[in-house]
Amino acid sequence: MTKEPEDVSTTIEPTVRVETRRQPMPPRERLERVFQIENLTASYGPKPAIRNVSLDVYKNLVTAIIGPSGCGKSTFIRCLNRMNDLIPHFRQTGTIRYHGQDILARDVDPVAVRRTIGMVFQRPNPFPKSIYDNVAWGLKVLGMRDDLDGRVERALTQAALWDEVKDRLKASALSLSGGQQQRLCIARAIAVEPDVVLMDEPASALDPIATQAIEQLMHDLKRSYSIVIVTHNMQQAARVADMTAFFSISTGEEGERFGELVEYDATEKIFTAPADRRTEDYVTGRFG
Amino acid sequence: MSVHGLSRSQQRSDRLARRRAVNRLMETLAWLSAALAVAVLGVVVWSVAARGAGALNLDLLTKPPVPFSLTPVKQGVANAFAGTIVIVGLATAMALPVGILVAIYVNEFARPAARSGITLALDVLNGVPAIVIGIFVFGLLVVGRGQSGLAGAFALACLMLPLVARSTMEVLSLVPSSLREASLALGVPRWRTTLSIVLPQTIGGVLTGTTLAVARIAGETAPLLFTSSIVGTQVSWDPHRALQTVPVAIFELSESPDPADHARAWAAALVLLVFILFASLGARWLATRSRRKLGAAR
Ligand SMILES: Nc1ncnc2c1ncn2[C@@H]1O[C@H](COP(=O)(O)OP(=O)(O)OP(=O)(O)O)[C@@H](O)[C@H]1O
Ligand SMILES: [Mg+2]
Repeated sequence: MTKEPEDVSTTIEPTVRVETRRQPMPPRERLERVFQIENLTASYGPKPAIRNVSLDVYKNLVTAIIGPSGCGKSTFIRCLNRMNDLIPHFRQTGTIRYHGQDILARDVDPVAVRRTIGMVFQRPNPFPKSIYDNVAWGLKVLGMRDDLDGRVERALTQAALWDEVKDRLKASALSLSGGQQQRLCIARAIAVEPDVVLMDEPASALDPIATQAIEQLMHDLKRSYSIVIVTHNMQQAARVADMTAFFSISTGEEGERFGELVEYDATEKIFTAPADRRTEDYVTGRFG
Repeated sequence: MSVHGLSRSQQRSDRLARRRAVNRLMETLAWLSAALAVAVLGVVVWSVAARGAGALNLDLLTKPPVPFSLTPVKQGVANAFAGTIVIVGLATAMALPVGILVAIYVNEFARPAARSGITLALDVLNGVPAIVIGIFVFGLLVVGRGQSGLAGAFALACLMLPLVARSTMEVLSLVPSSLREASLALGVPRWRTTLSIVLPQTIGGVLTGTTLAVARIAGETAPLLFTSSIVGTQVSWDPHRALQTVPVAIFELSESPDPADHARAWAAALVLLVFILFASLGARWLATRSRRKLGAAR
C-alpha cells in the first residue's frame, strides 16, 4: 500500500512535474529558525518511538520528513503542536523551541500552540458538518468572523477544491471522496491562518492532479508560512521540499526498536549526495 | 494401506458425527433458553393483559380514586399517573445533566486512574438495591421534613444516574478521536471541542440510554414507599407534597379487600407495562438510528 503511490508517480512523473521554481536557498545561517528541536525523545508508555531528534526548521521553507513506515514521522510531527498530549501515557523529553520559546514547558498552553501551528492529518477527518461549515466553524470559534464567505472561498480555492464544491457548499462533507475530504481538511487548516502548517502525508489519498494542486499550494503557502510535510513519496519530497530529514528505525542495545534522525540537509544534497549510507539506500530504493 | 486409511477416515467421521451431535445439543439448549426468556415475558404480558384489560378504560387515567363510597362510582388512579409523571420527570431532570457531565468528565478529561475509579463507582451504584437507596433518601430528606415528590424524585434520580452516565460514556467512546483532533488542531479549546463537536454526535445514544433509564425507574416501588407514599386521593402536581405513583398504587390496591380495586391494580399494571414496552422499543429505534449516524461519521 505504501509502495503503490510511489510507483504510480514514478511512471507518470513527467506529466505531473511541478515546476519547482525553487529559489536558490540563502545560506542557512541567515535563515530565521521557526523550530529549534533538541534531543527530542518521545514515547508511548515505556518504549520510545523516537529518540534524540535534533533539527532546526527554517522559516518560509518546506521541510520534508521521509523514512520507512513506523520510524516515528507522525510521532515527531505531532510533537511540534503538542498533539500527542491527548494520548494517555505519552511522554516527551527534550526541548522544542518555537521562535525561541520552549513549547514543551509546563506553563505553555497547548491550545495557543495549536492555534499558530496548524495540522493536516494522515487520514482525512472532516467534521460531520456541511462543506462550508467545515471551514467556517473554526473561523467562527476563533473569532475570525469578518468576511466569512470570502475566507472560506479563498481557503477552498487554495486547497484546489473550490471548483468542485462551489455549487454544493451546504452538502455534507462526508459525501465527498477521500481525496476531496483531505483537501477540505487542508482548507480548514489554512483558513485560520496558522504560522506553521504541519502536514502528515497530505497527498497519500490524492490523484496526481490534486497532488499537483497541493504541491502548488505548498509553493504558494511558503511565502507566508512555514511548512513541515511527512511524505512517503520521494519524488514529492524532491519536488516540494527545500530541506529534507531522513528518519530511520534503529535497534538499541536491548533489541528495542526506535526511530531516529539519520540525516538532515538541503533536499538536493539528500537526494544526490547523501552523507549517510542508510539515506542513500533509502532514496535509491535499496531500503529493506 | 487401504485398511489403515479406511479406519482412519472411519475414526474421523465418528469424531465428526460426535462434534455434530454436541453442536446440535448446544444449539437446542441455547434455543430453549431463548424461548424460555421470551415465554416468561409472554406469560407476564398475557396474564397482566388478560386481567387488566377488563378494567382498562379512560376513567382509570382521568378519575381519582374515591374512598369509602357505598354506591359504585366511576373512579380511577389518575392521581398515581399524575404523580408518576411529575416524579419521573423531576428525576430525569436531576439525573440527566449530572449523568452527562459525569460521563464527559470521565471520558474526555479524567486521567486513566480517575476514570476507572469513577467507572467502578458507577457500576457499584448501579448494583445498590433500590430499597437501600430508598432508606438512604428517607434518612437524608424525609426524616424531620416529611415525604414529598421531590424526595421520591431524588431517590429515583440516584437509580437513574449510573444508567445515564454509563450509556453516555459508551457513546462518547464511539466518537472517533480523529474528530477531536481535527478540532483541537485548529486551536479550539477542549471544552469547546467537547461541546460543539463531540456531544452532538452522541445525542441519539444519550436519548436511548435515558429512555431505557426512564422505563426502568418508572416501575420502581421500594424507594417510593419510603419517600412518597403517604398520600391523599386527589390529583396533585405539586412535588413539595407526597405524590401517589403508579407502582405504589398497584401495591396498595392489590392489598385492598375490594375485588374492583384488584381489577384496577391489574389495569394500572397493564398501562405501566405497555409504557415500558414502548419506551424500550423507542430506545432501540433511537439506538439503531444513532449508530448508523455515528458509523457514517467515521
Ligand atoms: N497512539 C499510539 N500508541 C502507542 N504506540 C504508538 C501510537 N502511535 C504510534 N505508535 C508507535 O510509535 C511508532 C512510530 O509510529 P508513527 O505513527 O510515528 O510512525 P510513522 O513514521 O508515521 O509511520 P507511517 O509512515 O506508517 O505513518 C510505531 O512503532 C507505532 O507503533
Ligand atoms: Mg504516520
